[in-house]
Amino acid sequence: MSGYQGKKNIPRITSDRLLIRGAKIVNDDQSFCADVYMEDGVIKQIGENLIVPGGVKTIDAHGRMLMPGGIDVHTRFQMPDRGMTAADDFYQGTKAALAGGTTMILDHVLPEPGVSLLSAFEQWREWADSKACCDYSLHIDITEWHKGIQEEMETLVKDHGVNSFLVYLAYKDIFQLTDAQVYEVFSVIRDLGAIAQVHAENGDIVAEEQRRILEQGITGPEGHVLSHPEEVEAEAVNRSVTVANQTNCPLYVTKVMSKSAADVIAQARKKGTVVYGEPITASLGTDGSHYWSKNWAKAAAYVTSPPLSPDPTTPDYLNSLLSCGDLQVTGSAHCPFNTAQRAVGKDDFTLIPEGVNGTEERMSIIWDKCVVTGKMDENQFVAVTSTNAAKIFNLYPRKGRIAVGSDADLVLWDPDVTKIISAKSHNSTVEYNIFEGTEVRGGPLVVISQGKIILEEGNLHVTEGSGRFVARKPFPDYVYKRIKARSRLAELRGVPRGLYDGPVCEVSVTPKTMTPVSSAKTSPAKQPSQPVRNLHQSGFSLSGAQVDDNIPRRNTQRIVAPPGGRANITSLG
Amino acid sequence: MAERRGDRHRPDDELPVYLARPGAADQASRQKHGGLFCRVRDAFESKTIDFDALSVGQRGSRTQRTGPEERKSPAVGRQGGKDMRTCGVQQNMEDEKSDRLLIKGGRIVNDDQSFHADIYMEDGLIKQIGDNLIVPGGVKTIEANGKMVIPGGIDIHTHFQMPYRGTTTVDDFAQGSKAALAGGTTMIVDHVIPEPGTSLMEAYDQWRQWADEKACCDYSLHVDITHWNDSVKQEVDSLIKDKGVNSFQVYMAYKDYYQLSNSQLYEIFTFLAEKGGIVQVHAENGEIIAEEQARMLQMGITGPEGHVLSRPEELEAEAVFRAVTIASQTNCPLYVTRVMSKSAADIISQARKKGNVVFGEPITASLGTDGTHYWSKNWAKAAAFVTSPPLSPDPTTPDYLNTLLASGDLSVTGSAHCTFSVAQKAIGKDDFTQIPEGVNGVEERMALIWDKAVTTGKMDENMFVAITSTNAAKILNLYPRKGRIAVGSDADLIIWDTDSVRTITAKTHNSAAEYNIFEGMELRGAPLVVICQGKIVLEDGKLQVTSGAGRFIPCSPFPDFAYKRVKARKQLAVLRAVPRGMYDGPVSEFSMSRGGTPSASARTSPTKQPVRNLHQSGFSLTGNPAACGPPTPDEVPIRPAGRRIVVPPGGRSNITSLS
Repeated sequence: MSGYQGKKNIPRITSDRLLIRGAKIVNDDQSFCADVYMEDGVIKQIGENLIVPGGVKTIDAHGRMLMPGGIDVHTRFQMPDRGMTAADDFYQGTKAALAGGTTMILDHVLPEPGVSLLSAFEQWREWADSKACCDYSLHIDITEWHKGIQEEMETLVKDHGVNSFLVYLAYKDIFQLTDAQVYEVFSVIRDLGAIAQVHAENGDIVAEEQRRILEQGITGPEGHVLSHPEEVEAEAVNRSVTVANQTNCPLYVTKVMSKSAADVIAQARKKGTVVYGEPITASLGTDGSHYWSKNWAKAAAYVTSPPLSPDPTTPDYLNSLLSCGDLQVTGSAHCPFNTAQRAVGKDDFTLIPEGVNGTEERMSIIWDKCVVTGKMDENQFVAVTSTNAAKIFNLYPRKGRIAVGSDADLVLWDPDVTKIISAKSHNSTVEYNIFEGTEVRGGPLVVISQGKIILEEGNLHVTEGSGRFVARKPFPDYVYKRIKARSRLAELRGVPRGLYDGPVCEVSVTPKTMTPVSSAKTSPAKQPSQPVRNLHQSGFSLSGAQVDDNIPRRNTQRIVAPPGGRANITSLG
Repeated sequence: MAERRGDRHRPDDELPVYLARPGAADQASRQKHGGLFCRVRDAFESKTIDFDALSVGQRGSRTQRTGPEERKSPAVGRQGGKDMRTCGVQQNMEDEKSDRLLIKGGRIVNDDQSFHADIYMEDGLIKQIGDNLIVPGGVKTIEANGKMVIPGGIDIHTHFQMPYRGTTTVDDFAQGSKAALAGGTTMIVDHVIPEPGTSLMEAYDQWRQWADEKACCDYSLHVDITHWNDSVKQEVDSLIKDKGVNSFQVYMAYKDYYQLSNSQLYEIFTFLAEKGGIVQVHAENGEIIAEEQARMLQMGITGPEGHVLSRPEELEAEAVFRAVTIASQTNCPLYVTRVMSKSAADIISQARKKGNVVFGEPITASLGTDGTHYWSKNWAKAAAFVTSPPLSPDPTTPDYLNTLLASGDLSVTGSAHCTFSVAQKAIGKDDFTQIPEGVNGVEERMALIWDKAVTTGKMDENMFVAITSTNAAKILNLYPRKGRIAVGSDADLIIWDTDSVRTITAKTHNSAAEYNIFEGMELRGAPLVVICQGKIVLEDGKLQVTSGAGRFIPCSPFPDFAYKRVKARKQLAVLRAVPRGMYDGPVSEFSMSRGGTPSASARTSPTKQPVRNLHQSGFSLTGNPAACGPPTPDEVPIRPAGRRIVVPPGGRSNITSLS
């Protein structure tokens, strides 16, 4: 797990030595007081009275919480959409992430259908390598399905450090895959040891509803939420859980936005399915009532898919499920567009580019909604913001834990600071912040990424391009231990039977060309009975004793079936 | 649903005296149980109930009382008791040929209550119900001796004479309806399956022809929609309007054959909700099944066990869930045919709890047996159980489904009777996917449910009537003509013998199939006398049926049972747009077509010539052209909007300002 897979960055950070004194180290399993010494972007020592070289920069934590830097499992920086690009590119986006205490992001590569996964992957690498300010990794979205894609997935997993793929059940005629394709993708993913992510909404129904709602003359952003009802999300989650169960593939549901979708996940987990749910900052922090805002630009800023639920109790519910472990990880799905870009859909809500902000606000919102309210403790907070993500995506313990040998991605957390979120002060480039005016308690005091201080005393120092691509290996233990055990158990066996030697009805080969016979009394005795042994099928050869040998069998009469079609093997028994 | 009464409805002689309900053989013990109903006399006014008959204690005394039924009886008009007698007699004298039948001393069991009364039938209709009926002389009389008289069963799901790849199921309409009558079912509803691509109307006519020729009992038809386009839509419309069909089945399984896509389902549901039809679904995820089947065959599993392995319970539940979602989106009543597994039934009961209009139909097979037989060493036996969705291998399933049926979460029962001979099943002897699907059950249905649900105390006799007959009649909009014993209803009745014990076997059953999937099962409860269209069909164990006697019963759309709620919701479900001012800020340029290559440079900022997209015109913007030079993502501050139209710096026109 240790050792860098990134190539270019090591020299730049070699000399960074840092000591944090008197911190309360918070991991997902426990909290304890100790000093932390970092060098070369890696945590070298943890303990009291550490022996460190002289002249090391020292931060006195005064007993504040030091936790692993957040991992935002879902971002879409710089995402192309119909010739436009999401307003925050990798620089802006990662800068905002760091400002909020997130030290690693996992971005989605979205290849347009028809484009090879590998070239899209390379494209994203290029964008991110030149701009990202924090470590990153990439999910690949599967937007179409054929043999070539399967080979590319293999290459990506084996050579390029990708272990998660997203499929779409929505976006009909663009990204959407059929159930059969999803089944195949999931089977491939399981064999590769990757994680199947799913954008869960029933695209067919959404398309129909969109049409209906436009026909009714509803063209504003409220049409978006009306045409993406909560049920449609829950249905798709249920379906993907079913497919995942069938294929014995671990499932990861991105953007859990509604109570019912979360309920489906919680139920599936109780039944033993390996499924993870990812609520996002938006669904945890706000609700969909804003779609009815009179201000078009404000309403449009909330457009994302699945939409925010108009039920104002949803955030609280999702926070509770997050606290009890039914939902495990949090992302932001940060993909903001500015108002001019949104205005593409000013006369037709289906054209509004989708995506909300949230990468900067994620940690604070969860702290405020969950920890301050007593739903979860600080350890669970670390788990849902960082550790679980690292475990699922096989980054643990390099990321997601404060331990010797782990990356020096740390946040010194101030639970008392209060801040009012506003577009005026946020680091994203968009004019709107969907959490505008929300007062949150808790925020990062110091952010350390790759062993360097990024945020201190309110000043943000980021270096464009310093982010490294972090390769991920397949078969994460956290996910695949159970899957492996199950696939060993799940072997199916046929029943060994004697050959059926009774009469066989004649049948027309193509089922479609049947002509209904008007007489129904085609008694089986009259059926032309030629038991032709189908040579294409040879499950097992019969030789010697059979279990059902005790049933007297007239081997003499092979072809001639007795009247009534009752050959011995078909006798009632 | 039938309201439950406090007393348990077990066969009375099994119960201690203090629990004996009205109608028990011991007359002395039942005093005034009927008084429960008498107290709310007016509540039942619209129903054809004889309240006097409820006072069970006086039943034997035959006092001169005139029940409300007699007054309401159309045959006698609204006259006093005395006139009525003569009147009734006279009228009955006129027609000597007509079938007249009197059932004396029966306990009439409807879905809402049971009471003692005599029933007089004529011309296939129930003419009078009550005590001391005035009937013409020489009427054939059946002495029920306190046995239950229940409405004849309605088997809401059969596939008689179904064509399958050049062969036909062994039970045609004559054989099938005979079996139905033998089991106490006096009406069947068959599925018309048009081949994909062929006309629904032709298939319907074909089925009508077959059934009219042969059916021995009344029947009605569901039509399956196996493909969807505008001409099918029109045919569906005329089937509803002119042909008396109000229920249509769609398939979520049988990929590349009958299966419809989600969008098609959505359209069909929307259309039928408009026209007042009932959507039935065969709920299984066909796509995944196809994949699983391929996998099973690859693994070398070719026997019938492959059938159940490739169609796991979850796929059924998933499809039910999806169907419920679509139905709730389209505000369309949903009917799930063949509920075979616990999880599918659970989804239905959950959906009902959430308020969806959903009906679930378990079938005889899923209520009576389980899927362990797929692993039978006897191929023919294993193959006989092949049906879709398959029987669940979980042996506790039948019990569970019976419980849900009793609690009202599942509403109706069918048989999905679709039998093939062993030779026909053997088409798939080397490949389970080729085995023709279908099990028997039309004959066993009533007795089996009685045995599994009533004798075990899960439900009472009224609920039994509800789920075997009344609910089906309500869903099909045939109520109260069918599914109820009332004056004016069809004379389809059964005298039910709660004590008779019968062993089911293929040797004695009325189906033409060699196998009976309930082989060897001992069932308590059976029809003693079956009356269909006012004629005695089964008596003393003798079955006398007339092929071709069955009539087609047209069903009208918008059954109240399903649509009252739907209509109310439709009125509420009007969506409204938010009235907003026009957006007058800058608009980015974008390309309409997806699927281009992602531009190599991320900086293809949308700053080019703003082209107003003329394809999109929700409402026309007067004044402001719809575009302007939008920002590049990395310029901060962005929004160089000011130069295009006159908007304040930052693009914050009044309408877009932060509220």
